[in-house]
Amino acid sequence: MEKRQVYLDYGATTPVKKEVLDAMIPYFTEHFGNPSSLYTQGQEAKHAIDIAREQVAALIGAEPREIFFTGTGSEADNWAIIETALANQKKGKHIITSTIEHHAILHTGDYLETLGFEVTYIGVDSDGFIKLDELEAAIRPDTTIISIMYANNEIGTIEPIEKIAAIAKKHGIAFHTDAVQALGNLHIDVKKLGVDLLSMSAHKIYGPKGVGALYIRKGYQLPTHIHGGGQENRKRAGTENLAGIVGFGKAAELARENLVEHIEQERHLRDYFIEQVLQQIDDVQVNGSLESRLPGNVNITFKYIEGEALLLFLDMKGIAISTGSACSSASLTPSHVLTAIGVPVEQIHGSIRVSIGDFTTKEDLDYTIEALKESVAKLRNISSVSSSSGW
Amino acid sequence: MAMYNDKVMDHFTNPHNVGEFDNPDGEGTYGSPVCGDMMKISILVDANDVITDAKFKTFGCGSAIASSSVATDMIIGKTVEEALEVTNKMVLDELGGLPPIKIHCSVLADHAIKSAIYDYAQKHGKTYAGLEGFDPNAPEDEDEHAIPEELN
Repeated sequence: MEKRQVYLDYGATTPVKKEVLDAMIPYFTEHFGNPSSLYTQGQEAKHAIDIAREQVAALIGAEPREIFFTGTGSEADNWAIIETALANQKKGKHIITSTIEHHAILHTGDYLETLGFEVTYIGVDSDGFIKLDELEAAIRPDTTIISIMYANNEIGTIEPIEKIAAIAKKHGIAFHTDAVQALGNLHIDVKKLGVDLLSMSAHKIYGPKGVGALYIRKGYQLPTHIHGGGQENRKRAGTENLAGIVGFGKAAELARENLVEHIEQERHLRDYFIEQVLQQIDDVQVNGSLESRLPGNVNITFKYIEGEALLLFLDMKGIAISTGSACSSASLTPSHVLTAIGVPVEQIHGSIRVSIGDFTTKEDLDYTIEALKESVAKLRNISSVSSSSGW
Repeated sequence: MAMYNDKVMDHFTNPHNVGEFDNPDGEGTYGSPVCGDMMKISILVDANDVITDAKFKTFGCGSAIASSSVATDMIIGKTVEEALEVTNKMVLDELGGLPPIKIHCSVLADHAIKSAIYDYAQKHGKTYAGLEGFDPNAPEDEDEHAIPEELN
């Protein structure tokens, strides 16, 4: 097979779409004014941000004034949790989240623990769903915020956010969701969901890196996060990333327009890929829910081999994927998400995430399946463990 | 920018000495799949105590496979005593270096070689100075995984 470049890591980041880039370019060179300036160029820039705010709001069913631009999704997560926690210390210092959150949440929890806060981590079942009974049982009079991700970045499990938000509301507790992976991949309606805070990022939806947003429900009191000028309704000071915000807006608009077919196409390709891999390669296991799952997410364990070695072979064939293997992470610890859903550690080492996106074709997947077959066979031949010898 | 140098990639993609012998003179394993790396070395030793052939099987990442390949190359043709002097540092130098984070966890060679020779010594009633105090079942050093927090 002729070598081709196949990018299958859309869960990590996406390319900027041409329409998005075209919309951004003039805001670097021509319409570069500071949105806070009162003359025409400044006001044009301010108008462009207003439009982008409307576009992002429309993607999640929010009002434009409920959207606050940030530098990244991680920043939005930090802001939502830290400022809610600090503002409600009189009520208490207890926070609830889950064991499968992104590090932007987990490490924010670690930080708050150093300030004397207590964090409870709710477990998940083998498909990655939050245990709702465990969540309810963890709620205390001093709990101030619950943060549960909308969809998991590694295994794609979509959490029952509406139910969780209802539980939080019933107990008078703020609810935040990290929707970085969900955005542009699901129909999101914040009003229907009943969330107070929701984090987003542009670069997962074919927008630029370096721009994110936090949805703050109208009426929800979240203190200022960066002090300084009056930008973002005085809540997040600093001259706006003008071109980045314009790009985020355009990407959100495209995502909304294409949502139905985007989901349909990704789901179709994903199901085809899973089916083919299961058919053509032995000793394979799919991780995460098969029903409530991000349309482009595949997470598979190839038993008896190690994921980094597999990643290297695929990379040589031009294929980009990621792995839950400890050996490919700088910390050498295996994926906390696969650990939480109960995948045995030796199998986590052999797990990869394939994430499909708008530019993925069936030919890309066929090429990848062939490469996988060959690489897995080669590594199993080298491996000191096998289906016959066992672990 | 590649993560590994050309020599490492060469040994990883075309590893030498992969396999096992039907009747090895010595066989040893080090590491475990839980830790992410497990290396098995088998050796054939002649009447003059020379290792005439060696093979390996490794579950592990690219650098673990490459270092297994190089290590088996290094001991073939050596006497048992000489092979006992092979250190992980020597394997590492032969590979032309590895990313710092990979060094501790994926170079299992010297322990695996010693384990195979220990097995040979047990079976053939031999003793070697290089095996003094060696325990093939010693647990992996916990410290090896104490590496700074991940970056992304």
